[in-house]
Amino acid sequence: MTHPDRTVRQPGRILWPYVFLTPAIVLFTLFLAVPIGYTVYLATRRAKVSGLGLGRGARREVFVGFENFAAALADAELWHGWLRVLGYGALVLVVMLGLALLFALLLDTARVRLARFSRIAIFLPFAVPGVAATLLWGFLYLPSLSPIREVLDVDFLGATTVTYSMANVAVWGGTGFNMLALYTTLRAIPRDLYEAARLDGASEFQIAVRVKIPLLTPAIILTTVFSIIATIQVFTEPTALRPLTNTISSTWSPLMKVYRDAFVNGDLYSAAATSIVIAAISLVLSLGFLRVVRDRAFGES
Amino acid sequence: MRANRLGAALAVALTAALASCGSGEPTERPEAAQSPAASAQGPVTLTYWTWAPNMDKIVEVWNAANPDVRVTVSKQAGGDDAAAKFLTAAKAGNPPDLVQAEYQHLPSFIAADAVADLKAETAAIEKEFSAGLWGLVTLGTESVYGIPQDSGPMMLFYRKDLFDKHGLKVPATWQEYAEAARKLREKDPQAYLGTFSSKDPGAFTGLAQQAGAQWWSISGESWKVGIADEPTRRVAAYWDGLVKEGVIDDMPYFTPEWNKALNDGRLLTWPSAVWAPGVLAGNAPKAKGKWAVAPLPQWNAGESYSGFWGGSSTAVSAGTPHKAAAARFATWLNTDPAAIGLLVEEAAVYPAATKGQATLGQAPDYFSNQPDFWRQAAAVSAGARGFTFGPNVGVTYNAFKDGFDKALQNRTPFTDAVQGMQDATVADMRKSGFQLAS
Repeated sequence: MTHPDRTVRQPGRILWPYVFLTPAIVLFTLFLAVPIGYTVYLATRRAKVSGLGLGRGARREVFVGFENFAAALADAELWHGWLRVLGYGALVLVVMLGLALLFALLLDTARVRLARFSRIAIFLPFAVPGVAATLLWGFLYLPSLSPIREVLDVDFLGATTVTYSMANVAVWGGTGFNMLALYTTLRAIPRDLYEAARLDGASEFQIAVRVKIPLLTPAIILTTVFSIIATIQVFTEPTALRPLTNTISSTWSPLMKVYRDAFVNGDLYSAAATSIVIAAISLVLSLGFLRVVRDRAFGES
Repeated sequence: MRANRLGAALAVALTAALASCGSGEPTERPEAAQSPAASAQGPVTLTYWTWAPNMDKIVEVWNAANPDVRVTVSKQAGGDDAAAKFLTAAKAGNPPDLVQAEYQHLPSFIAADAVADLKAETAAIEKEFSAGLWGLVTLGTESVYGIPQDSGPMMLFYRKDLFDKHGLKVPATWQEYAEAARKLREKDPQAYLGTFSSKDPGAFTGLAQQAGAQWWSISGESWKVGIADEPTRRVAAYWDGLVKEGVIDDMPYFTPEWNKALNDGRLLTWPSAVWAPGVLAGNAPKAKGKWAVAPLPQWNAGESYSGFWGGSSTAVSAGTPHKAAAARFATWLNTDPAAIGLLVEEAAVYPAATKGQATLGQAPDYFSNQPDFWRQAAAVSAGARGFTFGPNVGVTYNAFKDGFDKALQNRTPFTDAVQGMQDATVADMRKSGFQLAS
């Protein structure tokens, strides 16, 4: 973006952009760069005690280089956690985004009744905090309390079913938001496109599949990326359900392992290293997804 | 049109970023406990983290009598989370001045250098407590890291009405307990005599203590870890057998499910601690007056051992600028007869001070049908044995939860889970550099 007018060169002009940038730079440094830097610093250290480890001066911090990272990468529990989260994430992504797209398209059709009410009803669960939503569903899952169990004899908190039960909570809470994101984009599409399609003899279904979905692609990709990141960071649902069942371990998801290391085992250093590994993997996954779909979505020019 | 779409996308991005920020943040935010800089004049203000109910009322009494040392109660959630929160606050440099420290967490606090040595301040009050309880705040060393507040000797709580109805005898040994469990299943297939909770390492610890376990001990300059020793394995194998046989349930304690079972009379016993009346009153109000208490079943007939589940001390933070004032308050709270009376009455604790235990008269309201409740408690307390807790109880307890969850789920032996606790504990201590006796 070079400016055509290059001849004017005043020192003030060079400084101005930086003045405007200062707030952003300061905020970025304070709330992003410094914490990340501190995390990396912590990840290279470890507490070392001597003897009984009691009393003053028995504990000091030493530099251990990449040892914490090596331990994090070599920990089978972390990778098992990733597998569990990938299975859970695939489930959530497909069902949640599928439903969100379906609802958005349905709400956007011309003949829908109670559009306003449905929109709010679908969106409302998103306003329920994750912990509350999980506890609410948890009560519905518990064998002796659940009204569902009186009709349907399934153990919702069993070893295999618990993943579906948690995915259900996430889908319930997340569909509304994604639906709204897609719906807003749909409303921004000029109506004359549909009119043209209708004149060509397209049915509502054909309009949805041939016109709306292609135009929605960028928004779908965006919601997918956010959903990928959110499911990788799954923490609330398993943590809140854990006291109710013995099928969720303290390291069920990678982030739960970070929490356990830091606050249950009191090892901030390993937790820092593991969280850096998690951040790297999330970055690779979301960038990888973007790379795969980029040309389809944003390469139209 | 393009700009439009970009705008929409941006709006989506921003909203999502904000939303994810909001929900991604850890919900627990330790309220910074401010201990204002020490000033020569004016009253000293102390922050006190505790989860004992009505502690603010007890502190009011102190504040009225001691205008120079003002204590502010900051109510905590309690349990393992409270310990994690205190350790984190201490590490971050803004701990409270005083903290309620469960006996099992005190060594972790000491190892993190988060609590002060009160040896000089407590020299006069050592004899107010039994040697066993005093050992829990000294770890058998020369230092004193807290003042015992309450203790939780374990007893057997049982539904007297249902025991009578089914013709069950109060079990005196664990052998009899197992037989009663089988008999009950025959009489009432809906009910269980008890449940084994994989979420409550504290209860299991108490049962292991009763059997004579010494999970940690100090010899000279090194630690000895004996979690997978015979007593603990015996306890684990016993419950394993009952759960696998299907005569004891495996639902965790303190869940809505468990409350319902207690209320509906589908759980007939609860091996718990002296503080259980408070829990039962809150979680099973319908069964008031139907429960009774007996000593824990014994491993060998004729013995009278028990273990501890819970119990806590008042510790002074290593970071406080007002150590002397804090120690004065902690001493008053746990040894002054008036304060102990308030602790019993308002906070419903079983006091650690020996003379406090003797003054207890009227049984808890929930157990009004058992006038000798406190006499029973004192008898049990006399036979309760504990052990020195290690510096990484958090690791051990977490290994308990994960290990026993897995054992229940995969039907693997409980003794494997005990071995897992031992291995995790030793590995963590090795990694940190603690000296271990092999």
